[in-house]
Amino acid sequence: MFDFLESGQYDLLGAFWVTVQLTLYSAVGSLVWGTVLAGMRVSPVPLMRAFGTAYVNLVRNTPLTLLVIGSSLGLSQTLGINLGGGTFKETGFRLAVLALTAYTGTFVCEALRSGINTVPVGQAEAARALGLSFFQVLTLIVLPQAFRAVIAPLANVLIALTKNTTVAAAIGVAEAALLMKEMIENEADALFAVFGIFALGFCLLTLPTGLLLGWVAKRVAVKR
Amino acid sequence: MNSVLYDVPGPKAKARNWIYTAVFLVLFALAAWWILSVMADKHQLDADKWTPFVTDGRVWTTYLLPGLGETLKAGAIAMVIALPLGALLGIGRLSDHAWVRGPVGTVVEFFRAIPVLMLMMFGYAFFVKFVPAVASDFRPLYAVVTGLVLYNSAVIAEIVRAGVLSLPRGQTDAAKAIGMRKGQTMVHVLIPQAVTAMLPALVSQLVVILKDTALGGSLLGLTDLLAANRQISANYTNTIASLVVIALIYIAVNFALTSFASWTEGRLRKSKKSTGAVVAVAEVDDLATGANSAGVA
Repeated sequence: MFDFLESGQYDLLGAFWVTVQLTLYSAVGSLVWGTVLAGMRVSPVPLMRAFGTAYVNLVRNTPLTLLVIGSSLGLSQTLGINLGGGTFKETGFRLAVLALTAYTGTFVCEALRSGINTVPVGQAEAARALGLSFFQVLTLIVLPQAFRAVIAPLANVLIALTKNTTVAAAIGVAEAALLMKEMIENEADALFAVFGIFALGFCLLTLPTGLLLGWVAKRVAVKR
Repeated sequence: MNSVLYDVPGPKAKARNWIYTAVFLVLFALAAWWILSVMADKHQLDADKWTPFVTDGRVWTTYLLPGLGETLKAGAIAMVIALPLGALLGIGRLSDHAWVRGPVGTVVEFFRAIPVLMLMMFGYAFFVKFVPAVASDFRPLYAVVTGLVLYNSAVIAEIVRAGVLSLPRGQTDAAKAIGMRKGQTMVHVLIPQAVTAMLPALVSQLVVILKDTALGGSLLGLTDLLAANRQISANYTNTIASLVVIALIYIAVNFALTSFASWTEGRLRKSKKSTGAVVAVAEVDDLATGANSAGVA
């Protein structure tokens, strides 16, 4: 049943490695971009707040598939912005990371913002009453508490991101879903075996992440 | 504005905020100018790329509206099938019997862990191989709905579970006190209240479903709203303009649903008739992946 694996025709590990790479690059990118957005959304400057809110509402409500396809058809093919990628393969990968970052950043932003909102205002007021500066309030009082509340939501964003990397198949990035499409077409007789392999691959990627980070989140949670 | 981070601004802070505003405005204007000038260079701002959406009604009647119809149809069918399935799985996961709870929990965790695109691809191949009676024209729709149902019944199961668990313990206690059985408690006391509590979460899951239908449009040949881009840009060579218009339609529909969800959530929280229990819209993304509930399972 699994004899098609022995033919050496399919690079399963290679495809999943691309999935992992897409996840890692986009995770770092969206963590940075999401933090910037969250900073804007809680800032005292109305214009920045408005921009943050508008961006989050627009991008969250757009299908990720449209962003990925738009980055390929719009940015790369129409406007000629290839993000420095020389080959078709490189460009596709970078465009996918860009789209995933733009999309996932909004979820990171919302997770961080709700984390900051779990800290009672009284905490900051007490800190200010003690004469701590803005920077001290932020780093000693608010962020340590917010960070603990944010681990579980961020873990969920990471898991969702891992699954969302499959959308990159829409612009031909050679990750797991694209290989699965190819294998299903060539090995129609072994449909369940092919599906089982890829399902197992994703279970191995997502379930441990959820269990581990869920456990960490519980351990460090602030009891109120 | 008095947040946990900032005090009410004094004269100094107000002046500083004005400087930040100015700097931000300049950066934003630079970015916008750069994007627009690149687009102008490639003739993407020319009037003939954008006017068809206003002057040519056929763009709407032939491509956009039928596409939107297909998107809504796929989403609606998936939701209607996934709801009862999800409710069954959710109640099964709350069962007192380990032999029900265990397998149901495994099924839910399994389908939540797999990308919905892979479930759609599996559905497509499944219909080709085992149900040839489905005409090839309808296969994309069947495949998309199958994928969405498999994934979303697992997510809805978690929403149902969270909905039942969100109710105050007193509801179960009171039902026991008047002699109801477990099944009666579930059917007559918990589920009816949980349905109200779940409403905001279900509406926002519908948004997720609608966004996921676009996968069918790009990879499985569903003639949905996203696929309309291919035909429009083939006729008018206006890829960017048509993608922007299509994105705006998606955003309008989804933003309306999202706002409706938050509105019902706010109403439920304030309601005096119910217990005020609610599954928050913000929780849906967590329920869909589950690092929170992973330890509980």
